[in-house]
Amino acid sequence: MQRDVEILIAEDDDGHFSLVEKNLQRAGICNKITRFADGQETLDFFSSSRSARKRAREAAYLLMLDIRMPRVDGVDVLKKLKEDPFWKKMPVIMLTTTDDPREIERCHELGCSVYIVKPVEYEAFVEAVRKVGLFLSVVEVPQLDETAKTAGKSR
Amino acid sequence: MNKNPVILIAEDDSGHYELVKRNLWLSCVESDILHFKDGQEVLDFLFMTGDGPKREENGGYVLLLDIRMPKVDGREVLRRIKEDVKLRDIPVIMLTTTGDEKEIALCYDLGCSFYMVKPVDYNKFMEAVGNLGKFLSMDSLRIPNLLD
Repeated sequence: MQRDVEILIAEDDDGHFSLVEKNLQRAGICNKITRFADGQETLDFFSSSRSARKRAREAAYLLMLDIRMPRVDGVDVLKKLKEDPFWKKMPVIMLTTTDDPREIERCHELGCSVYIVKPVEYEAFVEAVRKVGLFLSVVEVPQLDETAKTAGKSR
Repeated sequence: MNKNPVILIAEDDSGHYELVKRNLWLSCVESDILHFKDGQEVLDFLFMTGDGPKREENGGYVLLLDIRMPKVDGREVLRRIKEDVKLRDIPVIMLTTTGDEKEIALCYDLGCSFYMVKPVDYNKFMEAVGNLGKFLSMDSLRIPNLLD
């Protein structure tokens, strides 16, 4: 993954967020991590369009998205993002406690990249996040505004 | 939900295919792995056309997709899968030699789940595929079954 990719994590549970952040870092992820504590905060980030899009010209984003969040839930966030021609390219990883086939189907229909159920057991959760981190370290994340790349950006 | 989705690999280079398959197994992937040597073969499988093997009605699949392939290239395969109401839920991971930014953006725009550039260095290639394998073999990963 490119160094300038910013990882966005929408997660209302402080403990879960902390666990995810720490274990991504343990897997070697040293990208900037930004947290949103609920769905509305998440949407606000993306819809403050001028500043977010301006930022997106200097960086790329990847979103890890919980479903059960206050104010706006993760499925609604996913839907809005994938309807937006600018944000739809951004990879969205569902990371949630919900293990419902209909919810899983719905999120894939809406365009999530993958769907991961948070393990109940602590060690298993840690291990899952580690594997996600290792995988993310070998993927490419898209530039959202192709035309505004700066020259000579390093990987 | 499908605990062990079938992994489809569309890759015209048989050397690359063998390396990827071996490494997925070494990373504890237990799923069946199917190989397609060009874009037409994998389209025939998924759309249930042609004379070759065909997918299961309600199977769960993940597709690892090269771009540069004979007959139909990976980008076109991706486009057709994501335009199809039944097949669009299949997670597609591009696994290809080209790291061109425009190509990457285009594939994500067409709906790929992730895009991986095959490292030129052998050891890095093995490591990347190993990490992919660990990710795909996670108990917590949920791949949807295709609907009727």
